[in-house]
Amino acid sequence: MIKVFRAFIQKEIYHILRDRRTLLILFGMPVAQVLIFGFAVTNEFKNANIDILDQAKDQTSSKLVRHMTSSGHFNVNRMLVSEKQVEEGFRSGKTDLVMVIPADFSKDLYTYDPAQVQLIADGSDPNMANALVQYARVMINDFQQQEYKRPANPYQVNIETRMLYNPLLESAYNFIPGTIALILLIISAMMTSLTIAREKEQGTMEILLVSPLPPLLIILGKVAPYAILSFIDAVLILVMGYFIFGVPVTGSLVLLLCLCMVYVITALSLGTLISTTSETQQDAMMKSLIGLLMPSTLLSGFIFPLTSMPEVLQYISHIIPATYFIEILKGIMLRGVGLEYIIFEVSVLLFMIVAFLTLTWKKFKIRLE
Amino acid sequence: MRTLFFLIQKEFLQIMRNKTILIMMTILPIFQLIVLSNAATNEVKEVKIILLDHDLSETSRALTRKIMANEHFRLIDQLFSKEQALEKMQANEADIILEVPGNFEREFVRGEKPAMQMLVNAINGQQATVGSGYLRNIINTYNRDIFSEIHWMPRPATSHSGIDVSSRYWYNPMLRYTDFMVPGILAELTALLTIVLTAMNVVREREIGTIEQVNVTPIKKWQFIIGKLVPFLCVGMFIMTVGLTVGKIVFDIPMVGSLGLLFVYAFINLIAVLGFGLLISNFADTQQQAIFVAFFFILIFILMSGLFTPIDSMPTWAQYLTKANPLAHFIAVSRKVLMKGSGFLDLTSEFIYTTILAIIFNAAAIWSYKKQE
Repeated sequence: MIKVFRAFIQKEIYHILRDRRTLLILFGMPVAQVLIFGFAVTNEFKNANIDILDQAKDQTSSKLVRHMTSSGHFNVNRMLVSEKQVEEGFRSGKTDLVMVIPADFSKDLYTYDPAQVQLIADGSDPNMANALVQYARVMINDFQQQEYKRPANPYQVNIETRMLYNPLLESAYNFIPGTIALILLIISAMMTSLTIAREKEQGTMEILLVSPLPPLLIILGKVAPYAILSFIDAVLILVMGYFIFGVPVTGSLVLLLCLCMVYVITALSLGTLISTTSETQQDAMMKSLIGLLMPSTLLSGFIFPLTSMPEVLQYISHIIPATYFIEILKGIMLRGVGLEYIIFEVSVLLFMIVAFLTLTWKKFKIRLE
Repeated sequence: MRTLFFLIQKEFLQIMRNKTILIMMTILPIFQLIVLSNAATNEVKEVKIILLDHDLSETSRALTRKIMANEHFRLIDQLFSKEQALEKMQANEADIILEVPGNFEREFVRGEKPAMQMLVNAINGQQATVGSGYLRNIINTYNRDIFSEIHWMPRPATSHSGIDVSSRYWYNPMLRYTDFMVPGILAELTALLTIVLTAMNVVREREIGTIEQVNVTPIKKWQFIIGKLVPFLCVGMFIMTVGLTVGKIVFDIPMVGSLGLLFVYAFINLIAVLGFGLLISNFADTQQQAIFVAFFFILIFILMSGLFTPIDSMPTWAQYLTKANPLAHFIAVSRKVLMKGSGFLDLTSEFIYTTILAIIFNAAAIWSYKKQE
């Protein structure tokens, strides 16, 4: 029995190792994702393009223009000459913000009427519009402070800020845990569901079922190699995170790896469950896409903050394994907590494993219709 | 020509017979659009705050009340020991700890400018930066309004009134996030589903062995490729139509520009991504392989498409890379046409790049398709 099982696992491993392309992708995907997040994508706004319509054209107004560009956040795209041009830049997408300095700008500045500066933002990207307008306001206020020294107000409150756990606000602290959770899920759950569905589609599942191995061992033999692969990927991402982006593992590494294994098993049992309900690979893929990949990317708190979502989606996020696993990873890696702080998340994952396996057991048919 | 007609007819029959594909064409895009558009918001709505007020004076209370009045803040606890507060932070129960030192009021009244301490849980970058930004703004406003707040203070004489900044948001005065996300997600979905469907379809024929049967017929390479292209082009256009309808009904997205222009562009873009799907299928023997290769590229396409993060913020080399990404152009065009009413002249660069990509991908797909193994 043991011998047969070992031979079976060997066969499965050969299958995977023979398929060079998939292997390449399996290791290429996490590497590509980490590098893109690390070097190409950022949520901050740098070098926004700003058009300036300067109707005053005097010393003070050009000083303001210079001041706006001194920060490095704004590039002056064009100096406009008429109001008509404002829309052009927006419609072609070449500009993000327009600042209008009125003709009587400097005169107003030194009298009792406030000078009116107008900011027009491209609201089609609300995030960007908001950030740019806020930022431009700060810059204009600075300029005002410089232009005429206000008497200092002695009665004020200062505020000192300390950023804990991530003093430099590195985005890597967020995307490394997220990437681990996502990649492990893709490999463990999607690969498993597709492999088993494929055996069904091609009719080879029947051959396996008449072999002397009990069905449970067959499934186990099919998923074991993927568990090993996922685990290697997890370590790969951790190593990249540490050496390229300096993301530490503050807590216990042993605990971290053990919990990675727990999560991999959760994902594998989920993949097996999906495969028992699908007849074809297309079917399995679609269920994995809708049921796993999309929710785990968007509703796990990896990319978008959970607390901002509508309540329904927040409830859904609580049935997604990745939500708990990202919490576990951040706890151990960044805040350096021990098991007692994340016991709830770990129990949820363990409970999920039991639930998925029970369902699979109930659904798995030994006899074929 | 007749051959081609029969080929296309065959594909349509197969698509219509296949439940999975039908679901992928209808339910999946609707479901995704609704969930995604609601989830994809970068606003920070709730920042959890723990208050440590060691002063408990009139001034400190007034100020913390002012801070907590902000709709984004939620006071989860008021404690008196820093250890306890930090422990709660470690358990991830709080985003910000706000500490008011003792003697706060006394120093304030003497004009010694006392400092509050803000400890930020900086792991969740957005919550941290946005939350601390809100707090700083409140303190700044407080400092500015202090003259009017506290009536017994001597007023310094001001000689001028400064600059009034007014801001307007064009195309989206209410700054509705869904107006921005739905057109983007729509483009992403249409492209993504067509890539996956074509790649899987061709490989499935190879896996089952039916491709051999096609290969022994006198069908030419280009006929085979076009026979695969046309039906899925229709599927893509159908997904696009469904998505636009849902976007209008559920999210009431703006449709300022010409829908005709958007469809013409979608047509060209779909030809490009279909070519890409076929190209993938030529290099895969099993559906599993095809899916994973497709996935690998889709992941890169999505991350570098400007869907969630602005392309303008990328480093220059990455911005050049996005030129080869059909998804980036599709998302840009969809947003510009629907929200800003951009016309053909505003979109010439997107049209040109997409046409070039369509030619390259399809030429490569036809060239790499082998009839004989």
